[in-house]
Amino acid sequence: MKKILSLVLVTMMLLAILPTAAFAEGSVTVYNWEEYISPDAIKMFEEETGITVNMTYFTTNEDMMVQVRNSSSSFDVVIPSDYCVERLAKEGLLEEINFDNVPNYENIGENFKAQYYDLDQKYTVPYMWGTVGICYNKTMVDEDITSWSILFDDKYKDNVFMLDSIRDSMGMALKYLGYSMNTRNPLEMNAAKELLIDQKLRGLVKAYQVDETKDKMVAGEAALALMWNGDAMYAIALNDDLAYAIPEEGSNIWIDTMIIPKGAKNKANAEAFINFMCRPDIAQMNYDEIWYSTPNDKAVELIGEEYIGNTTLNPTQEQIDNCEFFYDIEDNFLLAYNTMWTAIKSAK
Amino acid sequence: MNQSLKLPSWSMWAIGFAAILFLIMCVITIRRNHGVKRSFFAMPYTLWMFIFTIVPIVLIGWYAFTDSATGTFTLNNFINFWDSNYTVNKMYEQMGPEYAVLITRGTVNIDILVYSLWMALGCTVICLLLGYPAALFMADKDIKLGSTIIVLFIIPMWMNFLLRTIAWMSLLEDQGLINSMLRFFGMDGVKLMYNDGAVLLGMVYNFLPFMVFPIYTTLNKMDGKLMEAAQDLGCNEIRTFLKVTLPLSLPGVISGITMVFMPSVTTFFISRILGGGHTMMFGDLIESMFLSANDWGVGSALSLVMMLLILISLGILRKADPEGEGGSIA
Amino acid sequence: MKRFLKKSYLTLILLFLYLPIAVLIFQSFNAGKSRAKWEGFSLRWYQALFQDEAIMKALYITIAVAIIAAIAATILGTLAAIGIYAMKKRSQATMMTLTNIPMTMPDIVTGISLMVLFTFSRIERGFVTMLFAHITFNTPYVILSVLPKLKQMNKHTYEAAVDLGATPTYALFHVILPEIREGVITGALLAFTLSLDDFIISYFTTSPMVQNLSTLIYSKARIGIEPTLNALSALMFLSLLFLLGIINRRTSRNVKKA
Repeated sequence: MKKILSLVLVTMMLLAILPTAAFAEGSVTVYNWEEYISPDAIKMFEEETGITVNMTYFTTNEDMMVQVRNSSSSFDVVIPSDYCVERLAKEGLLEEINFDNVPNYENIGENFKAQYYDLDQKYTVPYMWGTVGICYNKTMVDEDITSWSILFDDKYKDNVFMLDSIRDSMGMALKYLGYSMNTRNPLEMNAAKELLIDQKLRGLVKAYQVDETKDKMVAGEAALALMWNGDAMYAIALNDDLAYAIPEEGSNIWIDTMIIPKGAKNKANAEAFINFMCRPDIAQMNYDEIWYSTPNDKAVELIGEEYIGNTTLNPTQEQIDNCEFFYDIEDNFLLAYNTMWTAIKSAK
Repeated sequence: MNQSLKLPSWSMWAIGFAAILFLIMCVITIRRNHGVKRSFFAMPYTLWMFIFTIVPIVLIGWYAFTDSATGTFTLNNFINFWDSNYTVNKMYEQMGPEYAVLITRGTVNIDILVYSLWMALGCTVICLLLGYPAALFMADKDIKLGSTIIVLFIIPMWMNFLLRTIAWMSLLEDQGLINSMLRFFGMDGVKLMYNDGAVLLGMVYNFLPFMVFPIYTTLNKMDGKLMEAAQDLGCNEIRTFLKVTLPLSLPGVISGITMVFMPSVTTFFISRILGGGHTMMFGDLIESMFLSANDWGVGSALSLVMMLLILISLGILRKADPEGEGGSIA
Repeated sequence: MKRFLKKSYLTLILLFLYLPIAVLIFQSFNAGKSRAKWEGFSLRWYQALFQDEAIMKALYITIAVAIIAAIAATILGTLAAIGIYAMKKRSQATMMTLTNIPMTMPDIVTGISLMVLFTFSRIERGFVTMLFAHITFNTPYVILSVLPKLKQMNKHTYEAAVDLGATPTYALFHVILPEIREGVITGALLAFTLSLDDFIISYFTTSPMVQNLSTLIYSKARIGIEPTLNALSALMFLSLLFLLGIINRRTSRNVKKA
């Protein structure tokens, strides 16, 4: 009898101790993309401020949106992309940042501030930016890549990795067809869908995936991949045969920003974290780790020519002008996008 | 989701402690159970199952039959299941006549369901073909394998199934072990990953033991003298097998089929890792409805359809094995 | 000859089952990161494993959930089995249907319906919700392993004990429990292992902040090469072998006793 009672008591104590240990005071919970921050930078932050960092990860913006909607107060800092910030702001899920606590914000380049998703500069601090393009293996592709059409070329049958991400893949097809990536014209959307289904049925697509692609490109599993530039940088660093190109039709340019979701439990710590990430040396550490383009002007100065002269990281102004941001699309169009994507994924 | 109750964040703790208090109460009640009927002991469980099984199912039903925007009764979610373009078509109609060309019935959901059923069926058949002889030989008294062989079949099941599935990836890739070996011997590489075959292989690999165990259990329980008797009466080995062993092992076969078919219809993840996202199984579809598309109505409708499907197939299998002799988990 | 054929068939099937596991263990000693190239023997991934806080935390959560869920499910399930056994035929049938529902429901539907429940009542998903989900799917298995033992028990022992002046509590702990001990232990072990191995239900009932090993592996698997996971699986494999050895010795001792 006593044994059972004590068992129950122990259970109770375990229950009580466990999660509180994980969410003790002096912590900050960061909801970030997989492999998108330098572990050393986190360690430095913990040592310098005494704040414990709980990192949690997501794979696509869409997954992240579901979690933030369900319980925005579970997180203190989230790193969504531009169009999702627009949506989160619309839904009232953002907390205003007190910029007095983020003095390092001044290091961020002016052209990254006050973007369409946060015109009044209340909610966001840019973290990384980049483009979408084609990562290709020079031993398997011996032509210059100037157009998205190469992803639809029968020469590369079973040799293309696509992104398992609705907006990126649909956006690429729309751009190739000469439309806007933010189109709300169902005829244009449908044309893109048909194009992608045709690409799949002709057997060009090897797989639809997200984070796995870069390692598989390094291993030489395919000739071409639709890829974010940072992933391409990572892959190129590990395999000299790889290169990255942004086709002339233009592409997507994006900014991932740090935001504080509504009801965050440790807002002050969140601001300290954001401020820390804007320190030039820390931004440089993150750049060295994940190879994405940094909006931090001071960090760019620190990194120097290696960054400025690299067109994968630092595309020309002409290329940037050719690119488009994603904008948030209304629910009914989002449903149309989702329906089309399911149709593509299950086409046989 | 607008209709949900608003509970403060500490409610999780309140509920946790309430549950523990509840358990303690149970213990105390038993301690002082003079005059309490023993059937009362099932009360905590009944309550628990009510909250965590019945209520969730009712909620799924509720979401399936209501419109997420207005909260009124609707069958649209089921219509959307039948015609995946239903809502989108309505939007096109409103936008104007030039979009009429886009209005078609979307067969995506039905296609995925049919595909999942085919794959599950294929997996079940392969498991049966591979598993029956295995079970037969395991139960064979001539070979004298004892319990070691069962343990050998159980051990792989205890490894995390995700890790085992990922391990297949390193075997099947273009630059993977099998292809490297083929090339080493001067042969051409073969495309092994990212197709239906790879998904099927992953499923068979994961579910094969579920077929072997029930069949083995029934075969092992069988009286060996029956077979001897049949042979004494002039049956050759094949006839003995067909006339005696096979019919007697049917209950095991049926529960094996149940235990392989059910999880293979609903599996997700395997198709994503080994199939390269080329195909979607019904499980993937439900998951994406809830976690990416955030469309709880259709997702709930799909879940109900799946439950119904399982119930029907269970019903059919029960008919074939009314006594439920097959025994379940080994 | 026939024997040889039969044995080689079984060996082939076992080979099929063990091949990927062997590959995993083999790769865990590979010095390089690549899955295809052998770059020499090394224990670096084992070292990295123990330094990986995320994996260690997930391991801790997995074991904590499995232990607590197994204890709770065993208490809940054993009591329920005793209660159900004492019921009349009709209510017994109803209770068995209730027990069978979660067992026949596909995992994905169980997981999603619980997620819907938690979100609907605005309960933040995390450790506690995952624990509750595990208790929910574990308990029926405990009941199913205890009930047969109760049926084997002599019905009159309990009544005799009470007639002889034992309080019902005393009778419960000193008469019923020893008789069904084997069933309770089997149930608890079953609950523990089911909880350790579960992925689908955990995936839907926890938040990204509280991950058990399965959900962690799932998110890591999507990134690709992660040799620490190979080291982890090799270690898990060995510890399971160890556990199985203990259980096997236990059961064989019991067989001898009986």
